[in-house]
Amino acid sequence: MEHAPQALERPHPGPLTYVKVAVILAIVTVIEVATYYLVNYLHGTIVPILLVLSAAKFLLVVGFYMHLKFDAPLLRGIFGWGLTVAIGITLAMLALYQL
Amino acid sequence: MSSTAVGHAPEAHATTTGISHNKMLMWTFLASDCMFFGSLIWVYTAYRGRSTQGPYPQEILNIPYTSVSAAVLLLSSLAMVLALHGIQHGNMRRFRVWLGATAALGALFLGGQYFEFTEFYRHGLSLQQNLFGTTFFVLTGFHGTHVGIGIIWLVTLILLSLFGRLSPANAERVEVAGLYWHFVDIVWIVIFTLVYLIPY
Repeated sequence: MEHAPQALERPHPGPLTYVKVAVILAIVTVIEVATYYLVNYLHGTIVPILLVLSAAKFLLVVGFYMHLKFDAPLLRGIFGWGLTVAIGITLAMLALYQL
Repeated sequence: MSSTAVGHAPEAHATTTGISHNKMLMWTFLASDCMFFGSLIWVYTAYRGRSTQGPYPQEILNIPYTSVSAAVLLLSSLAMVLALHGIQHGNMRRFRVWLGATAALGALFLGGQYFEFTEFYRHGLSLQQNLFGTTFFVLTGFHGTHVGIGIIWLVTLILLSLFGRLSPANAERVEVAGLYWHFVDIVWIVIFTLVYLIPY
C-alpha cells in the first residue's frame, strides 16, 4: 500500500521573528559599512571579515525569509546544489586566473 | 499551526515529493540563477583592479549612498515576508499594504541604481570605457533587471488581489514571488560586499 509522501515542513516563523532578523541584518550591514572606514586598522583581515558577515546575512535571508530552514530538505538540496556549483565554478576560475 | 498558515493546503496537489510543483520549480530556477550570477561575479572578480585607464572604482564608488540602497533592499525583504504572512492568515489589507511597500522599496532601489549609473556615466564610466565599466554594468545591470521583473510581478499580484483574482487560497503564488524577491536581495548582499566594500 502506498503512503502519501511527506514533505517534512515545519511551521514558518511569525512577524516578530522576521523583525528580529531584520534588526540583525541591519546591525550586520552597519558593521560591514564600518569596516570600509576602518580599512587602515583592519589590514589583511578586512576581506575575511566582510565575507563572513556577507555569508551570515545570506544565510539569515535564505533560512528565515525564504523559509529554507523550515521547508522540506529536498528544497535545501536543490538550492544547495546550485549554490555549490556556482561557488565551485567561481573558485575554480579564480584559481585559473591565479587570483 | 494549520497547514493553511504555511500557504499550501488550498492550492496543493498530490505530488510524488509532497512539495508543490510551483515551489519546486522556483527553487530549481533560483539554483540555476545562482550559477548565472556566479558566472558574472567570477568574471567581475577576475578583472577586478585590472583596468588600464580610469575612472577607477575607488574614484567613483559612493559607499554611503550604496549602503542606503542596500538597506532599502533589505527592508523590502522584510516587507515581502510580512505581506506573505498577511495573505497566509487571510488579512488581505495587510497583504496589499506590505506588498505595495515591497514594490515601492524595490522601485526606490531601482531609481537609486539609475541615478548611480547616470552619475558614473557623467564621470566618464561606460560599458566600453574599461574592464571595470564592462564588468560593473553587466553585473549590476542584470541584477537591476531582476529587480525590475520582480516589481512588475509584485504589482501584478496587487492588481489581481484588487480584482478579486487572488485570495488567501492562492497564498502559494505570493510565496513563490517572495522567493524570487528574496533571491534578488541575497544576490545584492554578495554584490555589495564584492563590488563596493572590499577595498581595491
